Amino acid sequence: MSETPHNDEFNHFKGTDGYIASTALMEAVNCAIALERPLLIKGEPGTGKTLLAKHISEALGMPMESWHVKSTSKASEGLYVYDTIQRLNDARFGDGDVGDIRSYIKLGPLGRTFKARQRHVLLIDEIDKADLEFPNDLLLELDEMRFTVMETGEEIAAKERPVLIITSTNEKELPDAFLRRCIFHFIDFPDVELMKQIVDVHHPNLDAALLDQVLIKFYWLRGQNELRKKPSTSELVDWIAALLRSGVTQSRLEAHIPFLGSLLKNEQDTESLLEYTNRGGELPRKWEDLGPKFNQ
Amino acid sequence: MFLEFFYALRAEGVPVAIQEWMMLMKALEMGQHASSLTSFYNLSRACLVKSESYFDSFDRVFAKVFHGVEGEFSVSDELMQWLENPINFVELTEEERAALEMLTSDELMRRYLEILEEQTERHDGGGKWIGTGGRSPFGHGGEHPTGIRVGGTSRNRSAMKVAEDRRYRNYRTDVTLDLRQTKVALKRLRRLTRSGPATELDLDESISETCKNGGEIELVFRPEHRNNVRLLLLMDVGGTMDPHFWPVSRLLTALHEEHGLREFRPYYFHNCVYEQIYEDAWLLQDSAIPTGDLMRHYDERWKVVIVGDAAMHPYELMGLRGNINPRLEAETRGIDWLRRIDDHFQRAVWINPEPPAYWQRSQTANVIRSIFPMFELTVDGIEQAVSALIGARRVAAAG
Repeated sequence: MSETPHNDEFNHFKGTDGYIASTALMEAVNCAIALERPLLIKGEPGTGKTLLAKHISEALGMPMESWHVKSTSKASEGLYVYDTIQRLNDARFGDGDVGDIRSYIKLGPLGRTFKARQRHVLLIDEIDKADLEFPNDLLLELDEMRFTVMETGEEIAAKERPVLIITSTNEKELPDAFLRRCIFHFIDFPDVELMKQIVDVHHPNLDAALLDQVLIKFYWLRGQNELRKKPSTSELVDWIAALLRSGVTQSRLEAHIPFLGSLLKNEQDTESLLEYTNRGGELPRKWEDLGPKFNQ
Repeated sequence: MFLEFFYALRAEGVPVAIQEWMMLMKALEMGQHASSLTSFYNLSRACLVKSESYFDSFDRVFAKVFHGVEGEFSVSDELMQWLENPINFVELTEEERAALEMLTSDELMRRYLEILEEQTERHDGGGKWIGTGGRSPFGHGGEHPTGIRVGGTSRNRSAMKVAEDRRYRNYRTDVTLDLRQTKVALKRLRRLTRSGPATELDLDESISETCKNGGEIELVFRPEHRNNVRLLLLMDVGGTMDPHFWPVSRLLTALHEEHGLREFRPYYFHNCVYEQIYEDAWLLQDSAIPTGDLMRHYDERWKVVIVGDAAMHPYELMGLRGNINPRLEAETRGIDWLRRIDDHFQRAVWINPEPPAYWQRSQTANVIRSIFPMFELTVDGIEQAVSALIGARRVAAAG
């Protein structure tokens, strides 16, 4: 009666030392592993979508294979590529074993994970970069985790269904049929508490008062609706690195935002902020300055 | 209660399919929810909702359906509803049914019920549940077989709190319009054709030509697929448009950054299109060009998007001297210019930053709607506008 082999410690993701995951994210990951469904991850740029796969592979001790999708990627490339040009060339110039078609079939990332003996973590990164039909072309292969190499008739079926992590940057909408097969998680922008933990992973032992100042400025900037591009977690981490290297003090940080360029990547955003400070606009110094949302 | 949840989601417009529902059921069966309402919230959202734009609707439904579940909670109604599930035999008595459940999916049932209760520790027989029924199978089995993970509860607020907070309100596509979403909506604005220099290897042709050539390799190239959409934007600025500055500005930025377009030209006007139209958003006189030139410079294949609130005095639209700038007295009425634009270009749409309820009350907006299809300045509205520009209606005579 108590058979739940999927839920044991072995395949249970809890985040790693280098990756702080929210409970909701961990639950989504574990659900995807247990149900053997693809996990679709969306979220703002810089919230660690791509890193997640790497850390799942670390935490679960599974090898990882990644497939970075480009605008020119075709679904079939993930399965295998038949290198006709090479074969044509070999036939013309007499190199290689032209008679054996198998030496011209090169497995793609999906093909390799299917064929592997060990369960893999497979990352399909930025699936929405490719053509709109791209996800639809993979439906059957992802459902059944098998495909046939047309040229040789060989069937490649997954021995161990890979843990499939798919990220999307929301450039294109994904087809419904594809979405229905996925577990979905939207990586929220981290709240202050979670952000402190994330920063701690990258910059351990940061002075608490300094960190507070940094985060006050950061969340204040993010709260400005006029910004065309809001700074994200990875930009915050870079910014702190710059601050630490320059040895900035907490008191200077109270009234200034040095190295603005590492936070704001849009010229107009930088200009409007400078204009604001030149006009004598106040920068926040305390959490109270950020309004009720941060002072519950 | 669960089916009610399913239908409530669908009623709220969240596209949940049976397939996803079954996925959730399977996850529950496996004990993925770890017996807490928060986990159930996370799990059901991960399985059922596939876009952050529906998170807010999901939250509202969740709060409504499971309202009161966390506090003092009487199980009998929900239990009865669950028992009415078609997998049960209706003819059986309560007792028989319970016995049957114990034999078949006792485990499943117990977990279904566990999620109804906020619970962060081991479920030790469920005295609370048994209290109502006595013979119910839920007391059976004792401990949770898998051991319940209690990880990270301190950092998380309860599901009800999260759901009632409606933190995802800003992701609703029918309300807000941020730059990224606008870009996504505009991505559909493309019609691919092969044009330009031949840079892409045409494999099939190459093989065919090589064979014809007796094995001597002959590479054939062809032009790449390129977007062939040219877009003309006419934008109302100043006056009643000022309150809409930010959403309109985001649309403009998105269009400027949409490098997929073959060509993009913005022009500006105030209130309505009259004799002159401006290249500069400040409507500087030296940037003015005769509106008639638009029709001469840009052929009918250009797609036209007009952005404006379509709100003005009826005279400014239909009167002969409608232009509110007195220096520029017009020979042609504003409405005639609009009709000319519509006649000349095959596809033209109007995007209105005001909500639709407002157009219906506005006399001029209603007149303009009879000329151009009018859409709201929301992600949904832009998507509809794009399909009106690209879709199959009013197909062009040539290529």
